Amino acid sequence: MTMPYYVAPEQVMKDRAEYAQKGIARGRSLIASTYAEGIVIVAENPSRSLHKVSEIYDRIAFAGVGKYNEFDQLRVSGVRHADTKGYAYSREDVDARSLANLYAQYLGQVFTHEMKPLEVEILVAELGTELHPNQLYHIAYEGTITDEDRYAVLGGETEAIAQEVESGWEENWSLSAALQATVGALAGAERTLVGKDLEVAVLTEGSGRRSFHRLMDTELDTLLT
Amino acid sequence: MTLPFFTPLDDPGPDFAGLIRRLQIPMRAPANIGSPQAPMGAGGPGGSEYRHGTTVVALRFADGIVMAGDRRATEGHAIAHRAMEKVFPADRFSAVAIAGAAGPAVEMVRLFQTQLEHYEKVEGVVLSLEGKANQLGQMVREHLPMAMQGLGVVPLFAGYDLARSTGRIFTYDVTGGHYEETEHNATGSGGRDARTTIKLGYRMGMARDDAVELAVQALFEAADEDSATGGPDLVRGIYPLVATVTAAGFESVTEEEVALRFATLIERRRVEGREP
Repeated sequence: MTMPYYVAPEQVMKDRAEYAQKGIARGRSLIASTYAEGIVIVAENPSRSLHKVSEIYDRIAFAGVGKYNEFDQLRVSGVRHADTKGYAYSREDVDARSLANLYAQYLGQVFTHEMKPLEVEILVAELGTELHPNQLYHIAYEGTITDEDRYAVLGGETEAIAQEVESGWEENWSLSAALQATVGALAGAERTLVGKDLEVAVLTEGSGRRSFHRLMDTELDTLLT
Repeated sequence: MTLPFFTPLDDPGPDFAGLIRRLQIPMRAPANIGSPQAPMGAGGPGGSEYRHGTTVVALRFADGIVMAGDRRATEGHAIAHRAMEKVFPADRFSAVAIAGAAGPAVEMVRLFQTQLEHYEKVEGVVLSLEGKANQLGQMVREHLPMAMQGLGVVPLFAGYDLARSTGRIFTYDVTGGHYEETEHNATGSGGRDARTTIKLGYRMGMARDDAVELAVQALFEAADEDSATGGPDLVRGIYPLVATVTAAGFESVTEEEVALRFATLIERRRVEGREP
């Protein structure tokens, strides 16, 4: 009879974390930052149809890095949660904090109980009102949740990028300034990124109740130059 | 509430109605409301216990469609509400107007609006105008058991078809059957009078202002003939709701403009020496 050999729980968790981190590091990073009129989310993504940044609800956006099918499943379930909540109660009862908590619970659950952790890092962003500030909830693969009110960097190798954003970040900067700084930080010293390499979306007060808006083509190119 | 997850074999996809059925969130009143058959038309339009909304119109013009509805809700012979809204944006490029049992009708609109937005967010693309019209047809069809008990809902759906660059109008019957109209239509208890008014004044390729004017006139005539249709309420300053859908999307016609059009209409009749 073979004995099941003992593996220390520390080792199990370490292995899982390494596995998830490796998966996430294979993809490109993403930055979300507040600016004068709202929140801008910038991802390096040459695809026009497989989105990393999307709309969840009237004032809530979702962004993910890592394995596409995994974060897209999280996105869809977030849309379902928000729409059913808004339908059962009222549109104003849908908030990012409770959604971010549910995501954190779910990711934590999968990390500790499933064979394979999710190889994703996600962001739930909520446009503020006069009473509440803008909110960025950054949720890691193991369910750790942090809330930021200035900027958040998601991805594998984020330290250099975060330093770059930190050094240039300004309160209430313009959309164009925020975009140029974040795109510069994503590109690093050796590369330059242009409009077609990027997926950019903003949460900003517009004409209707839905504040999510994608910046594309000429609109984006104008802001970048 | 928990995060709703489904296995790939069990996934409701972009169907919001299917999703809430799966999550067992009650959509509307149960199909059988238990009471004996509520007699249709016992107290004017519909039974006396339920709120009814009446008379909505839609017509095509050069750049899209105009939709309008009066503001009265009735319970039998009594006026239940003077400022009910019956014209709603369904999404950015379409509008829906309702006539019939007010409770289920408003609920149907809410479900329909959520359904369209849900589809758009889950799929990442917007449904075609015809797809939206079919969706609404399904909801009306599912409502048939209640319609048989006297709680019928008959919507009007219209929007701007971005693929064809034209406005389109769809009408429904209680079985969920839907039919595309080439010019105009109206539904509700004053629908007949409204329809006749539009028919007499209609021209192909009308300008926006003429189309809004004609919709206002149609509601005026309907209110004149039908007790369940509310006219302009000059005492309280409540006017019918008018909206347009064009390539620029859904736009409400301002209350000032509607009020001015009614004032001009009434003044014109006074000058002509006719009863208003």
